[in-house]
Amino acid sequence: MKNPIENLNKIFDSRIRLGVMSILVVNEEVNFNDLKKMLDVTDGNLASHLVNLEENGYIKVHKGFIGRKTNTTYSITKAGEKAFKDHIEALESMIRGVR
Amino acid sequence: MDSHHPPQETLQDIKRIMERSSRFISLSGWSGICAGICALVGAGAAYTQMQSYRAGRYGSGIAAADELTTNLLIIAAITFIAALVTAFLFTWLRSRKDDVPMWGRTAQRLFINTVIPMAVGGIVLLRAMQWGYFELVAPGCLIFYGLALVNGSKYTLGEVRYLGYGQIILGIINLYWIGAGLYFWAAGFGLLHILYGAIMWWKYERGDR
Repeated sequence: MKNPIENLNKIFDSRIRLGVMSILVVNEEVNFNDLKKMLDVTDGNLASHLVNLEENGYIKVHKGFIGRKTNTTYSITKAGEKAFKDHIEALESMIRGVR
Repeated sequence: MDSHHPPQETLQDIKRIMERSSRFISLSGWSGICAGICALVGAGAAYTQMQSYRAGRYGSGIAAADELTTNLLIIAAITFIAALVTAFLFTWLRSRKDDVPMWGRTAQRLFINTVIPMAVGGIVLLRAMQWGYFELVAPGCLIFYGLALVNGSKYTLGEVRYLGYGQIILGIINLYWIGAGLYFWAAGFGLLHILYGAIMWWKYERGDR
């Protein structure tokens, strides 16, 4: 049997990157501050993970304004959704493999 | 967390984050219990008024019936406001404890999706009363409130759906049992709320303190 660990996505090794994906898969658009609050991380930490996810084409960034304040929101891409789903399936097959 | 972390835990984490980010989960069981108590007190007050109307203490004729209607509407309004305020209070306390914004995106979505069926129901019942169909008020309240709960349950604790089913079933039975409206109303808004609140408290909040 193939080792199911191979199917795990390396990008989702990070708890924060996986957390961002979990939030974006059930919410159309989420802004930076809400992500920060929900994941309980610092600005710099979250920003670097978001850049990583964006570079991999898993999330889209929209820069906007609310009044004069910047409001950056994030949403998941088709590729991101697929990668997340595959990762979940890999985790599930690992659980089945253990039993 | 990483690949060395047990996959079960990772999956549970993912599920928790998804729920927390998309549903308003700070509804407190105490809100249900208090709303239920308010409803029972309100139903008791309405019952007393109706008894004294039947005993003739309101006098007789159209004026007496109008006076009873006015008093019942006042009782209904006070009950509704009291239930809303107490329900709001306990949920506000819980959301503060959970560190979830009371008026965040999840709460807004929950609000709009429950208010639409309730507002429509309110208009329908007002028209029904203007046409003299008072028998429809109790089953109508139960049915529209039940629909609002079923609709809203997608945006909060999933169990709210079952509370909604309960209200709808009571409302439909009441449609075929006209005249017992107040009892059905008390059972739905009073007892079901208290039962639901107690279960929710037991399930989610018991360990909090």
